[in-house]
Amino acid sequence: MLDTGDKVVIDRDGLGQLLAALAADGYRVVGPTVRDRAIVYDDIASPADLPEGWTDRQDGGKYELERRGDRALFGYAVGPHSWKQFLHPPMVRLWRAERNAKGFEIEVDSDAPKFAFIGVRSCELHAIRIQDKVFLEGPAVDPHYRVRRDSAFVVAVSCGEAGGTCFCVSMGTGPGVDGGFDLALTELLDGRQDFVLEVGTAAGAAMMAEVSARPAGADDLAAADAVVARTAQRMGRTMDTEDIKGLLQRNLEHPRWDDVAARCLTCGNCTMVCPTCFCTTVEDVTDLSGDKAERVRLWDSCFTMDFSYIHGGSVRHTGRSRYRQWMTHKLASWIDQFGTSGCVGCGRCITWCPVGIDITEETRAIRETDTKQKRKGGADEDA
Amino acid sequence: MVPRPFRIISRHRETRDTITLALMPGPDGQAFSFEPGQFNMLYLFGVGEIPVSISGDPASPRRLVHTVRAVGATSAGLCGLARGDMIGVRGPFGTAWPVADALGSDVVFVAGGLGLAPLRPAIYQVLSERKRYGRVFLLYGARGPQDILYRAELERWRRRLDVDIDITVDHATGDWHGSVGVVTEIVKRAGFDPDHAVAMICGPEIMMRFTMAALQDRGVATEQIYVSMERNMKCAIGFCGHCQFGPSFICKDGPVMRFDRIENVFSVREV
Amino acid sequence: MKTLDQILAEHPFFAGLEPRYLALVAGCAKNLHFEAGEYLIREGESADQFFVIRHGKVAVEVHVPGRPPVTVQTVGEGEIVGASWLLPPYRWAYDAKAIDFVRATALDAKCLREKCEEDHDLGYDLMKRFLPVVVSRLHTTRMQLLDVYGSPR
Repeated sequence: MLDTGDKVVIDRDGLGQLLAALAADGYRVVGPTVRDRAIVYDDIASPADLPEGWTDRQDGGKYELERRGDRALFGYAVGPHSWKQFLHPPMVRLWRAERNAKGFEIEVDSDAPKFAFIGVRSCELHAIRIQDKVFLEGPAVDPHYRVRRDSAFVVAVSCGEAGGTCFCVSMGTGPGVDGGFDLALTELLDGRQDFVLEVGTAAGAAMMAEVSARPAGADDLAAADAVVARTAQRMGRTMDTEDIKGLLQRNLEHPRWDDVAARCLTCGNCTMVCPTCFCTTVEDVTDLSGDKAERVRLWDSCFTMDFSYIHGGSVRHTGRSRYRQWMTHKLASWIDQFGTSGCVGCGRCITWCPVGIDITEETRAIRETDTKQKRKGGADEDA
Repeated sequence: MVPRPFRIISRHRETRDTITLALMPGPDGQAFSFEPGQFNMLYLFGVGEIPVSISGDPASPRRLVHTVRAVGATSAGLCGLARGDMIGVRGPFGTAWPVADALGSDVVFVAGGLGLAPLRPAIYQVLSERKRYGRVFLLYGARGPQDILYRAELERWRRRLDVDIDITVDHATGDWHGSVGVVTEIVKRAGFDPDHAVAMICGPEIMMRFTMAALQDRGVATEQIYVSMERNMKCAIGFCGHCQFGPSFICKDGPVMRFDRIENVFSVREV
Repeated sequence: MKTLDQILAEHPFFAGLEPRYLALVAGCAKNLHFEAGEYLIREGESADQFFVIRHGKVAVEVHVPGRPPVTVQTVGEGEIVGASWLLPPYRWAYDAKAIDFVRATALDAKCLREKCEEDHDLGYDLMKRFLPVVVSRLHTTRMQLLDVYGSPR
């Protein structure tokens, strides 16, 4: 029986055994798979469902799959999906209500599947931890997030490929996995196809009971470290996070916001793909009789006009103000609210923006002409 | 959080579009404690849920009072309810008026329009311990004489000799013999001591902005000025993200906020 | 019994006015009172005086045909009624009615205009006192126009 902290080596068959063990234990096993020319997270049954031999080419507004020369199972960065669609689903029925003679009565549903996540990247682990802070560590706890989070089994993967828009190194969120997992894998492709596997929790150790593994040797561990080190050298982007909170909070009227507003379509893609964006709305609906009602919670985006609607109009009327809200929340206000950045450097917002807006570039542009001390109605001093 | 059933025990028309409802908790029957300035999410079956400030007396926890203005489907629906009807209540949420911090100071309540409703619980609390405060002022601006809330109560407070009440309307009708003009004018002439005053302002944002300027012109420090902010709200518990105002969530860091703490964000448009 | 000089000196509008100017202004002044409902000024009439309110409240009104007069602003103790005396054609644009018993000091416009022409320093000082009042009334009017308490659209 393995212990927390143990490092072993498994092969493809071992991975298959792990997935089977999870399914047998009642987990809904989800992981990366190719669909519609992208790598998305969906139900998987065996390693055959994983994107073997695929990699991705990502840049601002660009995502393409490409064939690799090998049989790597995790040889790509992240796609448009993140794990928030399972932990914080796009649609959740909060409760049902029914009218009766006395008024009405409310009933809460409380079922939720238990998920096994296969292939969670370091940036995604950080994103999950960030959402944990929002939903579990504030004055109120979200019971829907809690039940899914508590039952989730996490198989993490250290990245062997850096994406074209990745900047986890700048954000301190990868590429090596550093905790928050039940099991963690690093794929070794040097003439073989093995995985160095680290046991993170007792639950992880228990799941390894039916999986054949051999102890990891020093050369296995060195190979795994090398994979991570190489990935860290190949980040597609960088973000200077020095006083980023102060920078953005004192530059709320910077002309760069007009510049990005001229490009931003306020389509909200960035908020959909971002693994930490958590905003939702609620809808109260009834059936045709009007006697049965439901409250449904749905993903929402601060880019919509409705988002800030009050007293007959939107507070954030212009696209400029809505882009500013998103970016300053993500990189600055989040720190005031939750003690960490809201950004994990996964690059999805850059890749999936139809016009390729890049928050690392926007931050850089604002920093270049930072109004460090603005005198009222007068000239700016140089930063 | 799931709405709790409350029953309407009384309904009073304040103005053409504003109703005050008094509620009693449903079968579980617990008294409802709250602090002045806090709000509830009121649920109208099958229609929706809106944030409404509590406008009753914190010292009467068996009677939950809300003043609602009909401006949309849910609020109009709430205004159309009758005694005995049931609504859902979640709450109380949010931060409170600084009633305790104002002990020993002059208290200046400045209300605009419906803004008198969220202030009323604080007024009740201050008046219940009147001797522990300096001079107490209620400066109230309404749209017109027919839009004045809580008329009977205002007259009762006026009859006390220890509260300075000054009311003005934006637009007068024939039989109004009071002041006509905006509330900033009455802030200018109210006899409080700016060095020892705590101001609590509630009303439309423009009115609060101009009122704060008038108070600062009189020499009241920004650390002594409190406002009640409003933004779109869906969950009231810091999860939906709608009520953000700069880094603050109005539902949990507000709605009552000390002005010096939000001064920077307040002056930025479309935040 | 106070002299006109003293009365004017105590009024916030003339606060800090140099004694020699107070005397000049007092030379154009006289005390009046109005019962509730009496008009101080009438639209269209010659603007030959303005009023410094010492006690009571005055409604600035506009006559709208078919309706009772509309009060657009009320002016009280410490404030002034009448700015049109400063500008040709020196005609009142509004009515001003005493809401309750009003004590006011009336200042003869022609007398004061002549003195201001003779002594520009006096004129400048009075302008500096009037301008804030006019700006403040403009500001108030704009806020009334915004109808901030009205129904949201």
